[in-house]
Amino acid sequence: MAEKSEVEEDDRVPLRLRPEWSDVTPIPQDDGPNPVVPINYSEEFSEVMDYFRAVYFANELSSRALSLTAEAITLNAGNYTVWHFRRLLLESLKVDLHEEREFVERMAISISKNYQLWHHRRWVAEKLGLEARNDELEFTKKILSIDAKHYHAWSHRKWVLQTLGGWENELTYCCELLEEDIFNNSAWNQRYFVITRSPFLGGLKAMRESEVLYTVEAIISYPENESSWRYLRGLFKDETTLYVNDTRVSSVCLKILKTKSNYLFALSTLLDLICLGYQPSEDFRHAIEALRTSDFDKQDPDIARTICSILEHVDPIRVNYWVWRKTRLPQLA
Amino acid sequence: MGELAAEKHVRYILSIEKKKDSFESVVMEHLRMNGAYWGLTALDLLGKLDTLDVDEVVSWIMSCQHESGGFGGNVGHDPHILYTLSAVQVLALFNKLDVIDVDKVTNYIVSLQNEDGSFSGDIWGEVDTRFSYIAICCLSILHRLDRINVEKAVKYIISCKNMDGGFGCTPGGESHAGQIFCCVGALALTGSLDLVDKDLLGWWLCERQVKSGGLNGRPEKLPDVCYSWWVLSSLIMIDRVHWISKEKLIKFILDCQDTENGGISDRPDDAVDVFHTYFGVAGLSLLEYPGLKPIDPAYALPVDVVNRIFFSK
Ligand SMILES: [Zn+2]
Repeated sequence: MAEKSEVEEDDRVPLRLRPEWSDVTPIPQDDGPNPVVPINYSEEFSEVMDYFRAVYFANELSSRALSLTAEAITLNAGNYTVWHFRRLLLESLKVDLHEEREFVERMAISISKNYQLWHHRRWVAEKLGLEARNDELEFTKKILSIDAKHYHAWSHRKWVLQTLGGWENELTYCCELLEEDIFNNSAWNQRYFVITRSPFLGGLKAMRESEVLYTVEAIISYPENESSWRYLRGLFKDETTLYVNDTRVSSVCLKILKTKSNYLFALSTLLDLICLGYQPSEDFRHAIEALRTSDFDKQDPDIARTICSILEHVDPIRVNYWVWRKTRLPQLA
Repeated sequence: MGELAAEKHVRYILSIEKKKDSFESVVMEHLRMNGAYWGLTALDLLGKLDTLDVDEVVSWIMSCQHESGGFGGNVGHDPHILYTLSAVQVLALFNKLDVIDVDKVTNYIVSLQNEDGSFSGDIWGEVDTRFSYIAICCLSILHRLDRINVEKAVKYIISCKNMDGGFGCTPGGESHAGQIFCCVGALALTGSLDLVDKDLLGWWLCERQVKSGGLNGRPEKLPDVCYSWWVLSSLIMIDRVHWISKEKLIKFILDCQDTENGGISDRPDDAVDVFHTYFGVAGLSLLEYPGLKPIDPAYALPVDVVNRIFFSK
């Protein structure tokens, strides 16, 4: 079915001049008298919506109505009613949904942040069932290659994995994205999603060893990366004792602290560890000592207090948070 | 630091009609109900709601109601839970909740709860924790929370909690400040905040403040005025707002004003719109900026309006 959605601006013929629409009387938007938030519509958009209202209220289930919804969506994709009506049309006209997927793909170029577009895409994929799996994964991959943190694309991808499957290469895909941008929090989130939910990997417990190695390496290359530190903590979810006793966690903290640069998350992680019962070695004391500068308060025998003081100083925007942490330290024996 | 150009923002909100053919106007038509909520709540916070004709607003809102009980974004549009909350909120602003058939609106929202406790946005079934918040907020305003399965609704929200303490749109979805506001708000309104890991979430939220003083919605994203609402209100609800620098955030929001023609934008020097104008004013209200009415962080309505709903019966 030929859609008129991609007609170039200049070539566009107004609906009132198209013979196939001559039998329809457009219905203008009723904004009531003196509207509260009055809207002025572009002429073109107004015309399309006036014709849309006419076919919508007449419940005209025709292919020209389908083309009209495409035009309306092209001009303003946020309108729920137009999308609803389009789905009714697709169903009643028994349109080949593979074509509809192409329509969504073309629309996604310009309106990929639109909620309705993704909901519509899911509706189509649900109708197509298992055969849609690879195309859906490819589609989201394409969107993510343009914007790797695209919230809708990630949501859709998670839905595809959980509903239609396709987990086999997902961890590799996460690795690829993290290789491109190790700061990509969405990719870290997806990685966590995969290692905790993939039916092929055995769950968090089975994955912990290799994931800790991977994450520690990521932290060493970019210690200022909030996402990798949170991921590391997430690997020990509900396993506080394991977390405190895993020497790879404390070692990576020490290693970063010794470099004396980008050590904020290393320091806060060490603080967490101490609050959970970790006993820092002399090496830690030396490393912390080396971070103190003369304008900090006087030497404190309590290493946790010193850490808080340093954090107050290097992270002034959150000074109140670090002051609060200081009030919640374990008492020295 | 500059000051809030309150008069100009009022004039901007009232004059949106005069901007012919602007992109904003075209894309607003279908969500005029949301636009009404943003504009009118901002006006109320600025103390200028009385400049409007209440009856006109109310009759327009009522003409957007569908026979199912839900409201559309405009006259003749399909109902959606997004617009239903805005309609109820605007009626609450004007103390006109008595014009609606409460049971009818309630039935519409109740019909959108799914077996797992989640909510769909409309009959087409899109599920999102945003809709959980909207349903709960709306029913709470209407004193009808008992009509849904609150326990299941809460359970679903908690299933969207992540290891960083934040919440996503569905289970496993990345933590995002907008979704966190919805989840924390819904938990606050159902008395379930004990299920939030407040210290962990509080730290994640206060990490959202960047050097410029603005707040972002996720790690490594740009700051944006609308997040000053979502992050800030969440921090207030979990009692951790003192962990960020209020002064720096106030400065960031004020830097996003169009001091000549009014309105607030997402970031300094961008174009203003009514959405960010509302979120900027609401954020400043949460920050107790002088001259603004206080706003309730969970209901997203002025505190005096919320008090009227719950204490004047
Ligand atoms: Zn924004």
